[in-house]
This record gives sequence, structure tokens and C-alpha cells, in this order.
Amino acid sequence: MSDLKGNNKLSKSTFISFAKSLASNRLTFSVVVLLIVVVQNIITTPGFFKITIANGLISGYIPNILDEASELVIVTLGMTLVTAASGGQDISAGAIMAVAASFCGLMLNGSEYRTDVFHSPYLLALLVGLLGGALCGAFNGFLVSKLRMPPMLTSLILFTAGRSIAKQITHGQTIYIMNPVYKWLGVQIPGVPIRTTIIVSTVTVIFITLLTRLTSLGLYIQSVGINDASSRLVGLKSSVIKFLTFVLYGVLAGLAGLVGSSSVGSVNSGELGLGIEMDAILAVALGGNNLGGGKFSIAGSIIGAYTIQAITTTLYAMNVRADQLNVFKALIIIVIIVASSDVFKTKIKHFTQKIFSKNVSVGG
Amino acid sequence: MKEGRNTKLSLKSIKRKSLNNAEMLLLITISLFVIIYIISAIVFSESNFAKYSVFFNLLNNKAYLLLLALGLTIVLISGSIDISVGGVTGLVSMVIATMLLNNNVSAIWTIPTALCIGLAFGFVQGYLVAYMEIQPFIVTLAGMYFARGMISVINAKSVPITNEMFMGWSGAKLYIPFLYNVRKNGTLDVAYLTPASIVAIIVLIIVIIMLKKTKFGRSLYAVGGSPQSAHLMGIDVKRTKFRAHLLCGLLAGIGGFLYTLFAPSGNPGNGYGYEIDAISSSVIGGVMLSGGVGLPIGTFFGVLINSIIERVVPLIGIVDASWPRIITSGFLFVFIVLQGIFSNVSKKGG
Repeated sequence: MSDLKGNNKLSKSTFISFAKSLASNRLTFSVVVLLIVVVQNIITTPGFFKITIANGLISGYIPNILDEASELVIVTLGMTLVTAASGGQDISAGAIMAVAASFCGLMLNGSEYRTDVFHSPYLLALLVGLLGGALCGAFNGFLVSKLRMPPMLTSLILFTAGRSIAKQITHGQTIYIMNPVYKWLGVQIPGVPIRTTIIVSTVTVIFITLLTRLTSLGLYIQSVGINDASSRLVGLKSSVIKFLTFVLYGVLAGLAGLVGSSSVGSVNSGELGLGIEMDAILAVALGGNNLGGGKFSIAGSIIGAYTIQAITTTLYAMNVRADQLNVFKALIIIVIIVASSDVFKTKIKHFTQKIFSKNVSVGG
Repeated sequence: MKEGRNTKLSLKSIKRKSLNNAEMLLLITISLFVIIYIISAIVFSESNFAKYSVFFNLLNNKAYLLLLALGLTIVLISGSIDISVGGVTGLVSMVIATMLLNNNVSAIWTIPTALCIGLAFGFVQGYLVAYMEIQPFIVTLAGMYFARGMISVINAKSVPITNEMFMGWSGAKLYIPFLYNVRKNGTLDVAYLTPASIVAIIVLIIVIIMLKKTKFGRSLYAVGGSPQSAHLMGIDVKRTKFRAHLLCGLLAGIGGFLYTLFAPSGNPGNGYGYEIDAISSSVIGGVMLSGGVGLPIGTFFGVLINSIIERVVPLIGIVDASWPRIITSGFLFVFIVLQGIFSNVSKKGG
């Protein structure tokens, strides 16, 4: 009799420990959500896995999602680092994208609104665009690291003013860059069968992964995020590290802006990257990162970003308009964050304990 | 005996110090407003800044913003934040406009609707922030996107309001006796207040009294200053934060209603970016972003500064509508830096 009871307990405990290890693994949640979306798509879209080559470009449902997600993936990388280091989120990504693209457009087009002649070298213009992004990031970083303001609040300044500033840079108009070379970054380099956006986002992911793995930066960011004061006592310049992550975030958002404007061949400061900050925060949360800072997982964030894009594409396919998407996204982010909050976890724990204790008493 | 006197003294000095900080910021705000007003009165003498009516119109144009900013003042003092107020404003105006498309609906019903929308946002966000302990910024960011999305779910196009009763409220003017200037052609230019401004002033007075005199108001300051010590003092920190968010939601609902009175139409772009206007009004008015410090009367002057910037900028010759917001954001930046300096000085002094 007692033997049986012990056995029962054992199986129960192994099950619980397995569930616990699965639940504690940060990637589980995002992978599960991604799988759900993929399965849903396989059922509803017949040619989900079909890949064809059209006009010298690999195209299909999956390459499309990879292509559309590239801006989000790049911004999410920056958001992951900023979240880890500062324990807050920077919501000015969309505005920074607009600013960076406006700088680039201004360099290329000069004062003309629609032209196919480059007024300055292509690479130089891209560099200036990235520099514009870095400048915005440095502004946020200065406020956060030196003045110790909460990151979201400081980025709120650029969040609202950034698009207005971008509009001033482009003299209040949408700039059309007609030179086909401009579309290299966002569409296709002639002769390469893969969309450039996919290449750019992959290269950026590899670069950031190597940067955080091979150098000590990743470790420093985590230690600053976990405990600012004690990492300062250890000898880390926490304010410099926070500042760096914000500058990096600015550069990455700028890159996303260049990719985004290049893929449509124009700079529209009011539309470029609208609402991308929400998606990026969502991706970071989905990836199992703690939004309060500390440990981060780049792989999780990337999976999160692709999941968000898959959800978005799926909802578009279900005839949901872009501006209505925000309702779903807002609800999803609230559910995710509530589900991963400590209060909710302890409540669930109490609840499950109650059920298990009841079961045991019934069995006895 | 001696010890007792010492603690009393130190308590007094601490009290004076914290008041000094708030009063100092308030003083800066008021003098900034006066300086901008006088300079613009001198520089743009043709645009009648010396007239009473122009002064009162500063308030009439931004009555809704005063409501939003007061809500943010309460939330910021409690050490939290709410960036959904702009979205709620837009949602309320769109719901009212859509409601009034139906001619059988009396305009009176728009008032409880606006209040309910605001309260619903305040309730959910307050619960998530206070009892689920989620970062207020994320919760209210989601709230903002939710409200913005709901606007376009309800109606993606602009909806005009033609309801007579509502337009009657919207166009009503309450002339103030004795405050008038004579125009060149001999007619009188009497200063007036709109119903929205009167509501805003009444709410301002209620909020001032509430923060100064009631237990809830005092506990807001305590919670914002230091949640731990407030908890040790026996204050229910969670309930206080919850109530702060609830109140902010309610004020945002009223603000949305006043905004609809001011600009009577439902437009998907309504209320875009008003959260930054409200936050900057509060911060320029001397509310510390770190919580625990701030006076509603300062917020009032912050709103007036916001209003005067919007009026002066076109006079300088910049027609583009995005400039006032850039300048307001610039002011916000300056005041954030100022606050950083202030808090550093007081930390070093203490």
C-alpha cells in the first residue's frame, strides 16, 4: 500500500519537475506560440511551404514573412539590449527610423522631392542615416544614463517629437528616391536571388550575437541590468554601458529605417515604422526576456519577432486592417505580461497546490 | 527632552526642504509663463495679447488638456504613469460622434458614456498596475494602442457632429462682466469662458483640495515619495495606486468629453500625442517624474504655457503644425534636466 503511494508520488513529482523545467525555459513559450501560428497557417493556407522563384527572387509564404519581419527583427535586437541594461523599454524606434531615413533621403535627393539622380554617394548617405539614428539613441542614452530618467519617459520625447523633426528634415513632404540603386538595400541586389532585407537582418543578428557572446559586453549588460549599484561597485561603468546600448539601439533602429524606406523607395516620415516599438516590446516579452531588465536571450527575441510577424501576416490574411491590429496586439501583450508576472505565478501556484492537496486527500 | 526637540526641528527642516523644492519649481513655471506672456505681448503687439479675451482664450482652448494633465499629475505624484490618456481622449470623441449620428439619442447620454469609458480604462489599468504589479508604462502603452485601435474599429473615417443640443453646449459662452476691451470699431470685446473651462476650473479646485486636505491626497504623496515607508506607515500602497489610476482614467474620460466640445467631430487622428502634452504640462508645472512632488496649480500654469506656445509659434511665421509639439518636447527636456539637477542637489544637501 505504502509502496503504491510512493510510486504515485514519484510519477507526480517527475511530471511536475518536467513541467517546471519546461515552464522555466524561456524559449518554450515563444516556440509554442510560433508553432500554433504555423499550424493555423498550414490549415488555412494551402501553399504555406511552397517556394517558387519569380523574377530571379525566391518567393513564397515563408520568405515573405522573413522579408516583412526584417525591420522588426533589427529593432527587436536593439530593444532586447536596452531592456536588459536599463530595465525599461525605448519606445522611440519608429520615430528614430523616420529620422534616419529622412537624413538619408535628404543626402540623396538634395532639395528635390522626386529625382533619380543621387546628390551624394550612396554609402555616405546610408552612413549619415545611421549616424542620425545613433544621435537619437545618444540623446535617449544621455537622459537615461546621466540624468537617471526612466527610459520609457525619455523616449516619449522622441516618440512624439521625432516624427515632427523628421518631417522638418524632409521639408514636410514625402521624398521619392527613384534611382534603382536605392532599392538595393530593401528589395534586391541584381543577381542575388534572396531579398536583401533577409540578408541584412541575418547579418545583423549574427553580428549582435557575436558582439554579446565574444566580447564581455553581453555579460556587462546583464550585470548592469540585474543590479546597477553592485556592478558599479565591481568596477563597471554602468552609465557608459547603458549609454552604449542606447546608441546601439539608435543605430539598429536607423538601419531598420533605411531598410524600410528603401523597400518602398520613398521616405514618408509619418508612416515609416509606425507602431513598430509596440511589436518590438511584444517580441522581447514573447521571447521570455524579463521586461524589468537583467538576463536576456537574443534567440528568444528573434523567435518572438518572427512570431509577431507571422501573427500580423495571418491577421492581414483574415482582412484585419493595419490600424485595427493594435487592438489584438495590445490584448496579446497584456495577456503575455500578466501570465509572466510574479503575482500571477504565485497565484497559480497557490491554486495548483490547492487542487493537488484536494486530490491527495480524496485519494487517501 | 532635548532629543524630542531635535527630532521636531529636523522634521520641520525636512518638511520645509521638500516644500522648497516644489515651490521652487512652481516659481520657475509661473515666472516662465509671465515672461513668455509679456514678451509675446510686446513683440506681437498687433495680436492683442494685452486683451482680457486673449488671456481667457488660452484656457478655453486647452480646457481638455487641463483635465488630462491633472490626471497625470495625480498618477505621477503616486510614482506611476499613464500614457493612454491621448488614446482615451480620441476614443471618447469618436464614440460620442458615432453615438450622435443616431438622432434619437439625447446628447445627455454622451456624458455618462464618456465617464464610463474613462473609468473602464482607469479600472483595468489600475488593477494591472497596482494588484498585478506590472510596469505602468507597458500597461498604459498597451492601453494607448488598444484605444487607438478601437477608434478605427468603430470608424475609420471622420464623423461630424450635428446634434443641436451638443453643438449648443459646444458653442456656449459665459461672458465675464467688467473684463472687456473696446475694439477699434467701437464694439466691446468681452472676455468669456466656455462651459468646458468652467468644468476644468471646478475640477482643478477639487483636485487641489483633495491633494492638500484629504487622507487619500496625502497618502498619494507618501506612496510616491517612498512606497516602502508609506507601507510601514500603514498606508495601503496598492489601493492608493489603484485609485490614482482610476481617477486618472476618469479625468481622461471627462477630458475627452471636453475635447469633443472643443472640436466637435470624431476623427481617427483625434487626441494623437496628447499624452506628451499632458505629461509635459505636468512636468513643466513642477511635478517630479520620480514621484512624490508636485502641485496641481503648477500643472495649471504648465497647461497655460503649452497653450501660449501653440498660439505664439504661428505668429513667429512657422505655419507647420508640428512645431509647437517639438518646442513643447524641448521644454519637457529642459525641465527633466532641471529636475535631475534639483534632485541631485537635494540628495547632496541631505
